[in-house]
Amino acid sequence: MKSIIKLTVNGQRREDAVADNLLLLDYLREQLQLTGTKQGCDGGECGACTVLVDGDPRLACLTLAATVADKHVETVESLARNGRLSRLQQAFHEKLGTQCGFCTPGMLMTAEALLRRVPHPSVEQIRAALAGNLCRCTGYVKIIESVQAASLSEKEDA
Amino acid sequence: MKKAVDGGVGARRPLVDGVEKVTGRAKYTADLFAPAGLVGKIYRSPHAHAEILHLDVSEARKLPGVVAVVTGDDCPVAYGILPISQNEYPLARERVRYFGEPVAAVAARDERTAVQALKLIRLTVRELPVYLSAKDARKPGAVPLHVNKAGNLEREVHNEFGDLGAGFAQAELVREDNYHCAEVTHVHMEPNAATATYDPSRDHLTLHTVSQVPYYVHLMVAQCLAMDTARVRVIKPFIGGGFGARTETLNFEIICALLARAAGGTVNLKLSREETFLTHRGRPESDIRIKIGMQRDGRLTACECEVVQRGGAYGGYGIITILYAGAMLNGLYEIPAVGYRGYRVYTNTPPCGAMRGHGTVNVRFAFESLLDAMSQELGLDPIEVRRRNLLKAPTVTINGLQVRSYGLPQCLDRVEQASGWRERIGKMPRWRGLGVACSHYVSGSAKPVHWTGEPHATVVLKLDFDAGITILTGASDIGQGSSTVLTQVVIEVLGVDQRRIRVIANDSAITPKDNGSYSSRVTFMVGNAALQAARNLKEILINAAAMRLQVSPAQVECQGEIYRSCVAPEKEVSFGEVAAQSLVDTGTLFVKGTYTCPPEFQGGKQRGGAVGSTMGFSYAAQVVEVSVDPDTGRITPEKVWVALDCGFAINPLSVEGQVQGAISMGMGQAMSEQTRFDKGKPMAANILEYAVPTILDSPPIDVQLVQSIDPNGPFGAKEGSEGPLSGFPAAFAAAVRQATGFGFTQLPITPEVVLDAIIAQREEAAAAAYASAAAQPLVHEKVS
Repeated sequence: MKSIIKLTVNGQRREDAVADNLLLLDYLREQLQLTGTKQGCDGGECGACTVLVDGDPRLACLTLAATVADKHVETVESLARNGRLSRLQQAFHEKLGTQCGFCTPGMLMTAEALLRRVPHPSVEQIRAALAGNLCRCTGYVKIIESVQAASLSEKEDA
Repeated sequence: MKKAVDGGVGARRPLVDGVEKVTGRAKYTADLFAPAGLVGKIYRSPHAHAEILHLDVSEARKLPGVVAVVTGDDCPVAYGILPISQNEYPLARERVRYFGEPVAAVAARDERTAVQALKLIRLTVRELPVYLSAKDARKPGAVPLHVNKAGNLEREVHNEFGDLGAGFAQAELVREDNYHCAEVTHVHMEPNAATATYDPSRDHLTLHTVSQVPYYVHLMVAQCLAMDTARVRVIKPFIGGGFGARTETLNFEIICALLARAAGGTVNLKLSREETFLTHRGRPESDIRIKIGMQRDGRLTACECEVVQRGGAYGGYGIITILYAGAMLNGLYEIPAVGYRGYRVYTNTPPCGAMRGHGTVNVRFAFESLLDAMSQELGLDPIEVRRRNLLKAPTVTINGLQVRSYGLPQCLDRVEQASGWRERIGKMPRWRGLGVACSHYVSGSAKPVHWTGEPHATVVLKLDFDAGITILTGASDIGQGSSTVLTQVVIEVLGVDQRRIRVIANDSAITPKDNGSYSSRVTFMVGNAALQAARNLKEILINAAAMRLQVSPAQVECQGEIYRSCVAPEKEVSFGEVAAQSLVDTGTLFVKGTYTCPPEFQGGKQRGGAVGSTMGFSYAAQVVEVSVDPDTGRITPEKVWVALDCGFAINPLSVEGQVQGAISMGMGQAMSEQTRFDKGKPMAANILEYAVPTILDSPPIDVQLVQSIDPNGPFGAKEGSEGPLSGFPAAFAAAVRQATGFGFTQLPITPEVVLDAIIAQREEAAAAAYASAAAQPLVHEKVS
């Protein structure tokens, strides 16, 4: 069965036919070609597919596309405005919060939600927020430094 | 003083491809799947060991929407990383040897059809005994997994260097112990994936895949498909980590190619995380018996070590792994005599392979742990003991390994100081401890796996009418930042604006062949090739500038974007003008640089002596602080201080990141990670049960870089991403020993293991107290 859903993806209003069993992850990656969102596991283990739904981090691999009708979905592709990196992206880039980059979109979206909620988080708050996002490259040290740097950045996100 | 070049060597610069990664624009293999492509799926063995009696794919073939089905009959050619041990087929033939081994594969118009087709495949087998441990596989009468390997022994290694008898006779303390390390696997965050397109009219195949060594994949795909290598093209897109898993050709890559050819089109093949676990190629379960002789002052006199590795079902890198385990007993400390026996055993588990710190990690855990225990027994400080056994570089080890730079003494000083070792050791509160260990690793194998007589590395710089410089390299950036390192090397030599440079990597139709990203060879070898290429280009540019400025080349001063005359400094030409001049008469420039390791670095004369040989070893020392909760057995790593002698840090930011990642992976192995099987079925083929460290498990990691300036490294650089891993488990175990009094000899040291020991000790103490109380006459107090 398919149903028509209306939603906002990265600021754009959309109306799409989605199968009832279509995952948000596959909707984004295959239907909208938004391949920034990654699949790293078989469901709910790694956090690589984290996107924001109405501002809250959600695992797109455990979310049915049909359940985000009338909601605002944000993916990593929405962070940079007019090609300018957001302060969080800038910080992950400059502080080497990304190595292979595969966990990075999920990390960024979880951290983005944190910074909107807590503009100047402590290390413990950063660790708690990112507890479900796995990274195999960095040992997390530079990820924490990147989030901290973004939170202290003077730069305003466009 | 020479002005530092912006973005040149020594600069803490971000990755050249970092923007793509933080914006989501970076395309990984599964992001390149053509929407119109067919979906590939693999039918895997539900048996851990069985003879194939019949494989029926006829129903699967008939299913509407199925375009191709391939089986072992479609590929009678074996493959494998080592030319001498190719005993694996992409799809099993005659026998299956581990649960999950690919048996057949389908390409269908959509995923649902492909999954349905798999359900129609019928496999009839005769079950064979399943061997899940090296011990069982070696038992007399065990069925050999491979006909030519009696006793399931893939390779036995016996080496003795120096006089072991004399060494142990000189020792004032000789201790021996057994260590056991569970099998671990890489868990690169990107699951395995490939996409292949076959063009029947040209008989051309293009494969995009997640390889660290696309050139091996190229060779093996051509071999298995019986195609001329010229008609195959292999491209590596962005890849989400490797850690050694992808340093050999993997079955799914060949299967994807077989499917594409059978279907005459494009096949997208994405493995699940569970299938990625089954593909494995991780670090083998190891049983290690080690004996060390020591004088009262801590000086080592001899070491004897026996290693048994559970290798899994096929050869893979096995012979190299078992040789590494012995060779790398040397090269860290001065040990006058070293004996080694290694046994690599075939078992009915997914094949092991190379994993970060290839072959060295488990043996290093055993060696450093016993060294720590013996230091304690002699009442010596474990850092002092290590100082008493330092090498004096330059030197050649007893097994023929060259050591030209050796920053281990400085590494020990740095971590001793940073951790406050002297003030704190012996004074730690109960349930808290500090531990130290050292480690080392090669900067690339001085003799490549495939010995062809070609240079070890080749880099090409393209300069054209646009005055842009393109670095063409086959070195695989797998997240470690190799493209960034090469860029920094080229910028350093040419002094140009970094925006003038692009990197194009890993397309066999465009970029030069490279031996790939394994054994930490890229910075050293490809870095040296890039250095030579840049110097060659610079010479051409200087000559062109001289012509423009009408001076001799010696009178040209290169300032990167400007070339000036030394005799008349007001005369200058821009890089663009110099570039244009350099193209006159010749056209587009392709300037090459190569690098080859001289024969004297290629190891000892003994059989397998090339393994462990390198131009330069990295050295590392680390101190780990832990706290232990006696009620739960939970160990918290509080902090790690690690110092690495990487020769010279071409990009200190990147080296720090590599070191922290290595420590994290060592920590996972030390604390929680292990593959588990029940009757051959994997019990932890998912990230949560396998248990990789999360951010909550991870301590701050303080990294200190020691720069010993290796005489052969590019700008003095050596390896920086594998060596620090192997020290962690032993430093961790030593810290736990100090915190708990228990000298654990197995990995991982889980809360269950710790708690069992604590409970056993309490029960023993209670029993002893009861026994002693029972021995006392009872005293009844008078109650008034």
